[in-house]
Amino acid sequence: MLESIYRELILDHYRRPRNKGALDDPTVTIAMRNPLCGDEIELMLAVEEDRIAEVRFKGQGCSISQASISMMTQALMGKSLDTAVDLERRFLALMHGEETAKEDRTLGDLLALQGVSKLPVRIKCALLGWNALDEAVRACRRSDRGLMGERIEFKDMTVDVPEAAPPPEGFDPETHRGDLPA
Amino acid sequence: MNPIGSPTTAGAPTATAPPLDAEALKARFPVLAQTVKGHPLVYLDSAASSQKPDAVIAAVTAYYSTDHANVHRGAHELSIRATDQYEQARGKVARFIGAGRADEVVFTRGTTESINLVASAWGRANLGPGDVIVVSEMEHHSNLVPWHLACEATGARIRAIRMTDEGQLDLDHMDELTSDGAVRLVATAHVSNALGTIHPVAEIARRAHDAGALYLVDGAQAAPQLPVDVRAIGCDFYALSGHKMCGPTGIGALWGRREILDAMPPYQGGGEMIEEVRIDRSTYAKVPHRFEAGTPHIAGAIGLSAAIDFLNEAGVETIHAHEVRIARLALERLSAEFSQLQLYGSGPDVDRAGVVSFTLADIHPHDLSTILDHEGVAIRAGHHCCQPLMRRLGVAATARASFYLYNGEDDLEALVQGLHRAEKIFGIG
Repeated sequence: MLESIYRELILDHYRRPRNKGALDDPTVTIAMRNPLCGDEIELMLAVEEDRIAEVRFKGQGCSISQASISMMTQALMGKSLDTAVDLERRFLALMHGEETAKEDRTLGDLLALQGVSKLPVRIKCALLGWNALDEAVRACRRSDRGLMGERIEFKDMTVDVPEAAPPPEGFDPETHRGDLPA
Repeated sequence: MNPIGSPTTAGAPTATAPPLDAEALKARFPVLAQTVKGHPLVYLDSAASSQKPDAVIAAVTAYYSTDHANVHRGAHELSIRATDQYEQARGKVARFIGAGRADEVVFTRGTTESINLVASAWGRANLGPGDVIVVSEMEHHSNLVPWHLACEATGARIRAIRMTDEGQLDLDHMDELTSDGAVRLVATAHVSNALGTIHPVAEIARRAHDAGALYLVDGAQAAPQLPVDVRAIGCDFYALSGHKMCGPTGIGALWGRREILDAMPPYQGGGEMIEEVRIDRSTYAKVPHRFEAGTPHIAGAIGLSAAIDFLNEAGVETIHAHEVRIARLALERLSAEFSQLQLYGSGPDVDRAGVVSFTLADIHPHDLSTILDHEGVAIRAGHHCCQPLMRRLGVAATARASFYLYNGEDDLEALVQGLHRAEKIFGIG
């Protein structure tokens, strides 16, 4: 189980994050925090005619949050805002544990995070960067004249965590205990 | 009973305490007899909340099964029984912390509410612009935020005692902070929840009083594991939580000097706390009931009373000696076993509570916690409600293993093996 979560690809993104740094002239910067654990990130997008020309991130956090945002930035480069929103929807499906999402080749490296869907308390970690992306796209769309380096300060993440996962195997609803010895 | 007032030195007050049988005590806790993810549960998160022994569960069940009614109201049999048990619990708490009188003990929801009560009721009557509250940078948010609220309401200000690099309070700095005579109250923990430091509370009380200030002690972490004697400490308020000392959640206590409590206005209004009510005004009950508006957590108080019996039976000196010993073993074992493990707080040469805060290589504490959870080992990862302290330590989070009276060396071994597993998964060592 653990090995299916902490895959080599995840640790690789954690230790050698892609697109980490700052943009000189971002269209929008979203600073986002997971209030549960204090992980903080900043996502910077340079958007040109509805297309994500450049994306960078800064911040610190656990391997799941950092790998997820690193992989996300890779997947976003050069994509339209519509594609970004679609990608977010697909990633959420993966975190919800939907079977079809596990075969979704569009997600690329992000598929390595599918094991996180089995850890309800860690799904928020994986969604931190995506929550920032969601806010960034909204900000871009709110502004009809285009953004001029707008920065949205530390918002606590709000993306809904999927509905409660089914009880773990061996959970006894009578005693409310885990895999108790018989 | 040895009052814990001065800094404890290795083995000093506890050398004579009989050894604690963690295995036998563990058998008294039904929740600990389970496996988690295929491994025996190793619960190392008691600094967040302790588990409950059979006696406490039985006391709460018995109360609801046979004696429940509202307190202080009815002249009928059940109300009399409930009132008796509730008030006996108050006496039990008073004796447990060395208070001279039961009516100096106010039941609250826990340490947080106890501190809020003082910050609100005492603060309202005693603080104004120019006044200062002294806290420390090691405090739990529950001993910071209530003072922020009090300062916002009254115009008072906050100053914080610095921590030394060894995880101790810098008392010389405290003297600097209190030297201008503006300080009205000093508020510190007795034991740090994040680092396990046992603070020299009697010395702090003396210095606070010399500066003309009152002293409030946050005893949330101390009451479960140290002999507490509020009169020997010399403090003015002492706050504790039931759930950290084997008792139920939602019950705690505030002890205060009678004359100070007497002079304080009510905290909340409602039933229980009144003397006489007219349509537009009321007079208030005497302490402690003045501060217990509404129907109290009767079952909680009765459960807390049973928890105190349980702790006395195990021996508070014995529990303390066990905590000091297992903390020392853990510090020594972890630093010997893991070259990339960073420990926070004082070293094994200083007595500390059974709390060990650490980080391991570049593994984020939340990842450590997840991996240990898959080995059945429950630890806490995060800022431990001590964000100023985390900033001082220069970390975003730490992993914290906290040992209690049901944790033996086998639990330390499980922690060590779990950390080896984490190293392996992260390709370290």
